[in-house]
Amino acid sequence: MTAATRAIGAPLARLEGPEKVSGTAKYAAEYRQENMAYGWVVPSPVPHGRLRAVLADPSADAIAVLWHGNAPELAAADDPELAVLQSDRISYRGQPVALVVAGTLEAARRAAQVLQLDIETLPHEAVLRTDHPEVYTPDTVNPGFPAESSAGDVDRALAEAPVTVDVTYTTPALHNNPMEPHATIARWDGDDLTVYDSNQHPSGVAATLATVFGVDRVHVVTEHVGGGFGSKGTARPNAVLAALAARVTGRPVQVALPRQAMFSLVGHRTPTIQRIRLGADTDGVLTAIEHQAWSQTSRLYEFAEQTAVTTRHMYAAPHRRTGHRLLRLDMPTPRWMRAPGEAPGMVGLECALDELAEQLSLDPVELRIRNEPHTEPETGTPFTSRHYVDCLRAGADRFGWWGRDPRPRQQRDGDWWIGTGMAGATYPAMAQPSTARVRDLADGGFEVAIGATDLGTGARTILSQIAADALGVPTGRIRIRIGDSTLPQASVAGGSSGSASWGWAVTEACRELRRTGGAEAVFDTTDLIAKQEKEGRHAFGAHFAEVRVDAVTGEIRVSRLFGMYAAGRILNARTARSQFLGGMIMGMGMALHEEGVLDPALGEWINHDLAEYHIPAHADVESIDAAWLDEHDDQLNPMGSKGIGEIGIVGSPAAILNAVWHATGVRVRDLPARLDKILPHLPT
Amino acid sequence: MRLTVNGSEHELDLDPRTTLLDALREHLGLTGAKKGCDHGQCGACTVLLDGRRVNSCLILAIAQQDARVTTIEGLGGHPVQRGFLEHDGFQCGYCTPGQICSAVGMLGEVERGWPSATGDDDPLSDAEIRERMSGNLCRCGAYPNMVPAIREAAGR
Repeated sequence: MTAATRAIGAPLARLEGPEKVSGTAKYAAEYRQENMAYGWVVPSPVPHGRLRAVLADPSADAIAVLWHGNAPELAAADDPELAVLQSDRISYRGQPVALVVAGTLEAARRAAQVLQLDIETLPHEAVLRTDHPEVYTPDTVNPGFPAESSAGDVDRALAEAPVTVDVTYTTPALHNNPMEPHATIARWDGDDLTVYDSNQHPSGVAATLATVFGVDRVHVVTEHVGGGFGSKGTARPNAVLAALAARVTGRPVQVALPRQAMFSLVGHRTPTIQRIRLGADTDGVLTAIEHQAWSQTSRLYEFAEQTAVTTRHMYAAPHRRTGHRLLRLDMPTPRWMRAPGEAPGMVGLECALDELAEQLSLDPVELRIRNEPHTEPETGTPFTSRHYVDCLRAGADRFGWWGRDPRPRQQRDGDWWIGTGMAGATYPAMAQPSTARVRDLADGGFEVAIGATDLGTGARTILSQIAADALGVPTGRIRIRIGDSTLPQASVAGGSSGSASWGWAVTEACRELRRTGGAEAVFDTTDLIAKQEKEGRHAFGAHFAEVRVDAVTGEIRVSRLFGMYAAGRILNARTARSQFLGGMIMGMGMALHEEGVLDPALGEWINHDLAEYHIPAHADVESIDAAWLDEHDDQLNPMGSKGIGEIGIVGSPAAILNAVWHATGVRVRDLPARLDKILPHLPT
Repeated sequence: MRLTVNGSEHELDLDPRTTLLDALREHLGLTGAKKGCDHGQCGACTVLLDGRRVNSCLILAIAQQDARVTTIEGLGGHPVQRGFLEHDGFQCGYCTPGQICSAVGMLGEVERGWPSATGDDDPLSDAEIRERMSGNLCRCGAYPNMVPAIREAAGR
């Protein structure tokens, strides 16, 4: 480091906090435009078919009704879901088949409601199953891993192992549901397109819209984003529809998705079916690990969730095998949701390990410690840093784990069965090419500009801390500009890679400015990142949960939840803690509440709103805390940081499920653990 | 129609189907109240109507011509706002105006002696705050930081 770190790590309050608590922070749909019209998306009422014609009610007050019969032709983007209103083909229920544009929101909605669609309905399939004849192995799984891996002889090792586990866990469709629905306001000035859009990647959305509309100048403004959790990582149909409608009508157009539309239109986490087989010696040393995962994708687009990839580096075992299978269905395309792959995959692996600990009568923490690898088990790559065992031990100390009676259904307080459970956590430490620009404002201040975005992660604040240290000045002298595609291009706020990627570019630009003593410096990290090893880079952690299960009703309460992490240098203690807790709370939702309930006949998740798709509410969150080890890793990036946005949801659901078993003796292997799955197995 | 918002009276010519939320956001430029679901399920649109907390997406603007509407923009440095800043009671900020307005309304309910939700002796115990605030969803999971923010704003 060229500068002593003073700002990095400090619990600096969010720079945009005053705007957010006073209601003046502006989100995409809040940039008023002169003469603005409103677009309302008409979703397909069938999962598979052909749209023959659209009949608009002339008494409805619409400016335009766009559908494939009259919509202008768009150039293909690399995402077929952005080819909106381009074809008569209907690939899933909820797919946009028309857009109604009107002068007011009320008129647009009404005109959409009375629009008549002439549709030829075709047969559909909506249910993921492992024995479907069309199940196939994809070439790769996200974001480019081999679909299968193998070492040694798993079958023989399992046959010879004195202790084995062979279990199947399933996770349902999960829906990102950021509080701010996806929204866009688009305006054309000649061939210049300006969009105010809620997304995680303004540079990427600008490039996509430029391709789709065949224009050079696209300006994406993304100052504040009301959460994304993966669902805003790329341009979504609302952005294309708004720009399309604005082009046709010659007016600025707002398209804000209703909550219900988000369940099908912006991505979701695929359901998974996971079979895990473990073989171990009687002392708990693993000899074999197998993790096979099935997930679904759509007819439009192959999205291959990397469910079993985490299993490749988590624990040592000489004989190992992982695999992924996909099934195309007449359903919406799954996309990224917080810790895609890791979150569902670690439910399977970490719950299976708990079942192994039960068979061995071994403490689950001790079981994990006995299977700690020295290098990445499948690649042999050394870890840049791995303090998993330290997290297990420190977490167990802090939680008060030791001395726990391993037997289930032993602790009772009135009507409540009480149990504790734990699970490991991990997430890859990644960085992606970005460019930052720093200017000496000559008044003692410095402007730091990068096309990054802050979804609530604290990016704006953290980048100011990084810049302050790199320049050797207090944070008060840094003026941060992000959230705009005209700024130097930045990578997506995803994969827990934002701070590492953008902070790296900012650091180098600041160093360059100091080196040259000039008024401006620009730095692109593409070459530096290309030279970097990709493997052996992970954050680790451990989650501990205490649950109370009502013996009469089966109600499950998470009375304590604790996360202990080793995630490199923590850049801002205040926002980091909030992010860890937020991930853990979403993990609680995954364990206990969240489930897209499929109606196979309709090809739709029937609980597509926030009254019926339950996410954790205030009253669900009782005692919860997070802590971290002081981890130093100088092989990652100049800050020594690992991403922290996703690790909180990895393993926390398994910790809760394992605690539910410890409390009740009931293994719930199909998520979420609702009371109706517990109640029949409780003693009367 | 007439709307009185944050002490100012506005004359508006609106479609009678316009909700109070859309009147605020689309016609008065008061975008502090957020649209998270438009169905009264998330609480992001919470405003105060004559001091009571309501989901403004479930109310027609035309029916509120005699009411006093207070939005987040009209709270003017309320202790709950300061508490949220102090305790990092938000991340993305989208549910935040609704949470804050809801908390202000909730503290008024406690002051007026509305019955307890949990049966706790203390009407502002942490469990009680959580229960009374459960109509306001936060997907970032900032709940644990909001509770002390609200408790301290109430002088506890």
